[in-house]
Amino acid sequence: MDIKDIIKPENKVYGRTPVLKENVMHYCPGCSHGTVHKLVAEVIEEMGIQDKTIGISPVGCSVFAYNYLDIDWQQAAHGRAPALATATKRLNPDKYVFTYQGDGDLASIGCAEIMHACSRGENIVVIFINNAIYGMTGGQMAPTTLLGMVTATTPYGRDPKLNGFPLKITELIAQLEGTCYVTRQSVQNPASARKAKKAIRKAFENSAMGKGTSFVEIVGTCNSGWKMTPVKANKWMEENMFPFYPLGDMKDR
Amino acid sequence: MALKGAIVVDNERCKGCGVCVANCPTNTIALAQEVNGKGYNYAYMANPDSCTGCTNCATVCPDAVITVYRVKI
Amino acid sequence: MAEKILIKGNEAIAIAAIHCGCDGYFGYPITPQSEVMETLMKEKPWETTGMVVLQAESETSSINMVYGGACCGKKVMTSSSSPGVSLMAEGLSYLAGAELPCLVVNVMRGGPGLGTIQPSQGDYFQATKGGGHGDYRMYVLAPASGQDMYDFVDKAFEVAFKYRIPAMILADGVIGQMMEKVEFRPMKPRRTEEEVKAQCDAWATVGKGAHRGGNTITSLALDPEVQERHNIHLQAKYKEMEENEVLYETYRAEDAEHLIVAFGCMSRICQNTVDEARERGIKMGLIRPITLFPFPKKEIDAFVPQLKTMMSVELNAGQMVEDIRQIANGRVPVYFYGRQGGIIPSPEEVLEAYLKHI
Repeated sequence: MDIKDIIKPENKVYGRTPVLKENVMHYCPGCSHGTVHKLVAEVIEEMGIQDKTIGISPVGCSVFAYNYLDIDWQQAAHGRAPALATATKRLNPDKYVFTYQGDGDLASIGCAEIMHACSRGENIVVIFINNAIYGMTGGQMAPTTLLGMVTATTPYGRDPKLNGFPLKITELIAQLEGTCYVTRQSVQNPASARKAKKAIRKAFENSAMGKGTSFVEIVGTCNSGWKMTPVKANKWMEENMFPFYPLGDMKDR
Repeated sequence: MALKGAIVVDNERCKGCGVCVANCPTNTIALAQEVNGKGYNYAYMANPDSCTGCTNCATVCPDAVITVYRVKI
Repeated sequence: MAEKILIKGNEAIAIAAIHCGCDGYFGYPITPQSEVMETLMKEKPWETTGMVVLQAESETSSINMVYGGACCGKKVMTSSSSPGVSLMAEGLSYLAGAELPCLVVNVMRGGPGLGTIQPSQGDYFQATKGGGHGDYRMYVLAPASGQDMYDFVDKAFEVAFKYRIPAMILADGVIGQMMEKVEFRPMKPRRTEEEVKAQCDAWATVGKGAHRGGNTITSLALDPEVQERHNIHLQAKYKEMEENEVLYETYRAEDAEHLIVAFGCMSRICQNTVDEARERGIKMGLIRPITLFPFPKKEIDAFVPQLKTMMSVELNAGQMVEDIRQIANGRVPVYFYGRQGGIIPSPEEVLEAYLKHI
């Protein structure tokens, strides 16, 4: 069978969702952000909620998320996205409101905001990208940086005596009464990406049901910050990140 | 019944990260020797005959540049 | 005859918010303004007008809740006092940069630092010159009575939406805590979803429709050309406000040779100073800037030719006086009298201070 006979509209089984804008993403080749953006966009398309979804972008690499998903966006001050989301959802209960935050934004400077939004049980979705590094500013230590990991501000590796311990914030979030769904996922291969998409969809559905805060952590790579090729970074993540940040649901009710 | 697939890569948007290559179960995809306008070795169907249209490559593509087609034969 | 109720200035702010169709209040307790949120919680407006009231975990969070609500085209507000407003400075800068309308009430207390819980006007610079980073201004109203506290809430929202700019009511502990009779205005209903959409769909995050792409609210522009254009646009807006939005009042100033400039509670005290001076045959008058930004520059300037002296009276170490000296530009001497740390001078004390220069 000739390829030309296969490549026909009626045979299309996977294509770019129209919720993604045409802009080329500014992310480095192989960056997990792109994959997660795509999954969120696909969930928004499949649920038919493009006109009812308000995204809140953080400070960090994903500050420009608003350039890629064709929905209404608010760009928050560093760490404050959950505060914006709280007001947005309370003032617009019929809307789907999600924050998209990296580890520096959520687990360092924005600790208070995320804890209290989750504790109040705001009916929002939190997408938390944990790649254990500050990407945008050039690869400095994040709260989630693993022990021994070399970054621009831990050039000899993260030493707990000097730099403290990596923060498992998702485990803390799972303890909060206000959260209904807390899960840790990844997107480095097809099976994990499909699972992550299901988790994101469940989170959006929860918010419509008013069950409380849904928190989806995605353990991702920052191959530029880690100074590895994208494929090697995925492997390094599986071998080093997953033992400390094990995947799976921590809470689902 | 067999499945026959094909992919179309948006060459100019592809950043040549190679994640699709690593996740293709049938070794259909490779990175081209040529580069696109941005200087990336873009992904392409090196072995078109082996593609089953499984969508794995498109699922993991961070830049959503792969469209997948599939027919039953 | 409309109803007149005896309430604190802080309570007047809360009642006015409900009466003017405010959509949301987000705050954090701090003396001397905690009655604002307490009153709202007691009034339960969510059961009547549908207004959202929420106690946030910090002032940082409450100003960012205001940011989120303002992004949606809603009438949202917060209130705090000096140390809390410092925490909000980042958010205020973002609100100004992203051109969002909102209301922040600052019931000032003495500083710096944790300072005192007693009244002060020490945040004049912070309110009128920035406070947060970058070139921006807020619309700043200085109330001098409980009635002002009530009336300025609606006024602040009106101007905030007209120019898409954060507005501040810069009150002091005296005005916040003092009980006075306040006349209530007719209730304005909250805008419906359709009305909010009609008013703000061009920019707000009200949900993207098929008729437009997604709206983005951001204060970020990496391209310097874009940022400069944006800054010029902001400055043009502030200029327009200086032309159209100045509010002030005068007291026995028509033939004055000596002019006191005072705002907030000090403007009321200084009325007595003027009366006392007039009784002694001194031609004294008072001008009270009601808007601290835009500042009544032209109006004060118009007085200068008839004056022999001016004196700024403030509850701080001398802040507004710098603006007045710029206006006077050496044509008349501009003196200053102020008390700090929460001490309020008497009219006689002010007069005595002024007489030393006359």
